[in-house]
Amino acid sequence: MSGAVTTAHSVVEPSATSRRIAAFLVILYAVVTMVPLAWIFATAWKTPPDSISYPPKVVFDPSLEGYCNLFTTRTRQTDEYIEALGPPQGACDEVTRKREMVIAGPSNYLPRFVNSLIIAFGSTFLAVSLGVFSAYAFSRFKIPLADDLLFFILSTRMMPPIAVAIPIYLMYREIGLSDSALGMILLYTAVNVSLAVWLLKGFIDEIPREYEEAAMIDGYTRLQAFFKVVLPQAATGIAATAIFCLIFAWNEYAFAVLLTSGEAQTAPPFIPTIIGEGGMDWPAVGAGTTLFLIPIVVFTVLLRKHLLRGITFGAVRK
Amino acid sequence: MPDVNAIANRVAAATPPSLGRAVRGLSDRSIAWLFVAPTIILLLAINIFPLIWTIYLSFTNYASNRPNRAVVNVGLKWYQDILGSPEVWAAMQATAHFVFWTIFFQTLIGFTLAYLIDRKFRGHAFWTTIILIPMMLSPAVVGNFWKFLFQPQIGLFNYIVSFFTGIPPSSFEMLGSVTLAPWAIVIVDTWMWTPYVMLICLAGLRSIPDYIYEAAEVDRASKWRQFWSITLPMALPFIMLAVLFRGIENFKMFDMVVLLTGGGPGSTTELASITLKRQAFEAYRTGYSSAFAIILFVVIFGLANIYVKALNRVKQR
Repeated sequence: MSGAVTTAHSVVEPSATSRRIAAFLVILYAVVTMVPLAWIFATAWKTPPDSISYPPKVVFDPSLEGYCNLFTTRTRQTDEYIEALGPPQGACDEVTRKREMVIAGPSNYLPRFVNSLIIAFGSTFLAVSLGVFSAYAFSRFKIPLADDLLFFILSTRMMPPIAVAIPIYLMYREIGLSDSALGMILLYTAVNVSLAVWLLKGFIDEIPREYEEAAMIDGYTRLQAFFKVVLPQAATGIAATAIFCLIFAWNEYAFAVLLTSGEAQTAPPFIPTIIGEGGMDWPAVGAGTTLFLIPIVVFTVLLRKHLLRGITFGAVRK
Repeated sequence: MPDVNAIANRVAAATPPSLGRAVRGLSDRSIAWLFVAPTIILLLAINIFPLIWTIYLSFTNYASNRPNRAVVNVGLKWYQDILGSPEVWAAMQATAHFVFWTIFFQTLIGFTLAYLIDRKFRGHAFWTTIILIPMMLSPAVVGNFWKFLFQPQIGLFNYIVSFFTGIPPSSFEMLGSVTLAPWAIVIVDTWMWTPYVMLICLAGLRSIPDYIYEAAEVDRASKWRQFWSITLPMALPFIMLAVLFRGIENFKMFDMVVLLTGGGPGSTTELASITLKRQAFEAYRTGYSSAFAIILFVVIFGLANIYVKALNRVKQR
């Protein structure tokens, strides 16, 4: 039927009506799926009473209190004490004093956030560096038992983190790596290197061997060809792989909560511990969550063309 | 510089092969090992050595909070204890419930979404990107903020449910009720990971060449028939891939659920990884938890083996 009517289009093109229905349903899903995220982003701008009001407030006066509470610790003081302090300094001081409190000092959020940055970038750099060499070797050379080695490399990523953490915890205690950024970097490198090898192997497989062979005929050694021909060609793949490693290390919780407690603690185990007076300080949690998630949302948009590869270890490309 | 290389090449060409390679630099074989070795060494140090240590500990009475106590070999005691422990079977049951229903809903919704997106309406790329966002977020942070949405009186989830059904929002507790909590974790996991299944299914649908549908049209196969005889069978390897990976991931689920329910109420949402964490890091039964870890390893290793086979099958297409 449809084949007889539509001559300009292929018979397999979906009809205009089916397209419209599909568009409606997909957009509906996308909007609904964004509601929880939008809600937590909005909660960051509420006052603590607004955040726990019933019915939930969709329209509210934005307040800086969530962000102020996220970055500060506060103590309750008497009115006389607060009056004696003179005019408030800055917006945060003002909102804090309205609650009859004064700012006592900075909170731990910023150091935890910095730890997350150091550990994520450190482990990503190491994992991608190790990964690109291994991937090249697996892509170009005949390595005995290559398939078994690749399976072994991937299987290390599949292990339950808690099971791995038991011996790692004991081992780090013995060699003094407990609660250290170096320990976390090494651990995340080990987890990420498997992804890096698999992903980068896929990217390097796509670079024609002829490029290096031509370079080697021109007098480059294998190493020179690798550094001057293959690496620049693989730049996009390396960048995509690095972002995947970065996101894993940034998001990781199980190892972080078991192996770090103070000095080297990252943001994910810290955010759930943000409490105010009489329960969770939801605006501060919302603010901490927002700042923590925004970089991931940006990276997701940047990575969208490579996401499929990333989540299937390079097996599915398009 | 080119002159030096040219000379080196001429020398290399004139000398026996092995010596020639030495002149040109490292041989391919040594480069291969040089490139692979650091990765393997790191994995041996951080994964395999600890694994062997875990196997050893699983036969002993070692407790990590009493490092100076004499270590005694207990044989297979822990393995027998685990396989006979009602607590472990309860955890396995909770895990099975979680794995089954998350896979069921994610596959159903994910495949439907992929099918709809494959209608290629205007703007589908943009909306696909929006839909993908939840799966990239930190599971721990996600669990934490869903706890806020599930609050009985003030939470948005209860409010929306009561808005559509008329049930008072304080009359049910998603996280506090024994019957609802196992479904609360399924809801959050489905919210987070449906995009994953959707993306892989979409790749499967797009791998089906148009000419097959054209041939079916020529043969006057109905749309319904085309879906069951072409679309579904050809997308099936991709669906299997997604199902396997979600199965592995959810079998070892820890972070999201721990922040959402902490395993409660009671132990209704205490999944295998949470039981393991309690035994290892709260009860300090290191030997027992090592044995449990080994059992989980074996299961995951088996699943991973099947997964890699599935990966390779999809790759060949």
